[in-house]
Amino acid sequence: MSDVIVEVSGLHKSFGRLDVLKGIDLSVARGEVVCIIGPSGSGKSTLLRCVNLLEEPNAGTVVVNGFELTDPDADIDKARRTIGMVFQGFNLFGHLSVLDNLTVAQRKVLKRSAAESEAIARENLRKVGLEEKARSMPVQLSGGQQQRVAIARALSMQPAVMLFDEPTSALDPELVGDVLAVMRQLAEEGMTMLVVTHEMQFAREVADKVLFMDGGVVVEEGPAAKVIGAPEHERTQTFLHRVLNPVHANE
Amino acid sequence: MAMSRRQRAQTFRGVQYAILVLVVVLLAVFADWGQIRHAFFNVDAASTQFPEVFSTALVNTIIYTVLGFALGLALGLVLALMKLSSVAPYRWLATIYIEFFRGIPALLVFIALGYGVPLAFNLRFDIYSTAAIALGLVGSAYIAETLRAGIQAVPPGQIEAARSLGMSQTRTMLTVVIPQAFRIILPPLTNELILLTKDSSLIYLLGLVRDEYELAKFGREGLNATGSLTPILLAGLCYLIITVPLGYLSRYLERRTGRKQDEGLKVTA
Repeated sequence: MSDVIVEVSGLHKSFGRLDVLKGIDLSVARGEVVCIIGPSGSGKSTLLRCVNLLEEPNAGTVVVNGFELTDPDADIDKARRTIGMVFQGFNLFGHLSVLDNLTVAQRKVLKRSAAESEAIARENLRKVGLEEKARSMPVQLSGGQQQRVAIARALSMQPAVMLFDEPTSALDPELVGDVLAVMRQLAEEGMTMLVVTHEMQFAREVADKVLFMDGGVVVEEGPAAKVIGAPEHERTQTFLHRVLNPVHANE
Repeated sequence: MAMSRRQRAQTFRGVQYAILVLVVVLLAVFADWGQIRHAFFNVDAASTQFPEVFSTALVNTIIYTVLGFALGLALGLVLALMKLSSVAPYRWLATIYIEFFRGIPALLVFIALGYGVPLAFNLRFDIYSTAAIALGLVGSAYIAETLRAGIQAVPPGQIEAARSLGMSQTRTMLTVVIPQAFRIILPPLTNELILLTKDSSLIYLLGLVRDEYELAKFGREGLNATGSLTPILLAGLCYLIITVPLGYLSRYLERRTGRKQDEGLKVTA
């Protein structure tokens, strides 16, 4: 087994005439937590969505767990089973209970039995601290609870890597902590994670590696302490100054 | 003369009541109440209608409607998926079908199926098949458009979540999109059912034997036999037994889905 779980090279993506990604290289090793930071419009979410091919790249390759997704003959559905994804807007299935949200793909995609998928689902609900909500409907939950259910749903597929696309950006400030705590716990358990986030403190404390993106390229990458603590590039410095001192952004 | 806002409102309301009272008085004085009672509320004529008005006519109307609605729903789903297909000819075919059957009177479809098809192709369907096909053809055009709107109203994030869990496009459609689309369109779909219930009356054109009578035909035969309007009124009331509860159901579902969406918005806000 290779120790590189995600290998992205020479990735280009444009929407019409707008070049969003201009040649991205990225590799994530097993058990590594990589955070992608950068201003909005920098292409960081698009990069993440290219990793499980929710966006189709124009050029470049994406290899996850030894499987090339960008190969035109690749079985994309099979590849996605090993790539968990958590969205900014949670995207829980509104017509299904919490438990069914967690079991539906296990049963329909992985063909697990009802009993087995329920056991796995309950174990993951316990992990995110929402075991008692198994019978609730998504609309009955707070945003923070919905996002934790969404994490449990992705975990129930037992993925090799988890992608997080600004998982706390749609949450009320007081609910952010619960979601970050779950993510931190996941990281400590050794889950391979690729996280697009604006939570600098989380990136600094949890990430093994931080990428700063701007204008469709990776401007700077390295250990969190270096990229966030002592950035070399001016663009990184300006961005971090604005994010960390929003009241004095223009000084 | 300047009137205050309150005076104006009171005068306006007074005039409306005065007109109402005048009409009632005129009706009471000049209408031939004996004749009206004889025509609409003739007990003898009414008694000849029972129990068949329920056991045959109402039951048949429900059977024809349900058959037509079932076929319309199945055909409508296929048409809706065709309209959303990435294959252009499917989209064209579905559009032509929908525009055609929405644009022509249902009566024409019944005449074509009842008289045209038997003559042209020497094909004879029994009355239940004819009813199902005619109502299904007409209903499916409306249902297809409703379903298409419902499918498109399911947020794209739902599809992305399903695909990211490894579901195929077909599996996503069946497990995630269509169930939610049906929830969204339940109120308009109930209205389609009401329209089909009324359209089922057109079957009376096709020459039914007594066991096949639905409400409109049954009422008309009653009119011929008794010379009274009472059977027609009775048939009308029987339609209301079906359509009024459906109307309330539709409004109830509308309120319920509306409230659900509000709750959903509150959570994400």
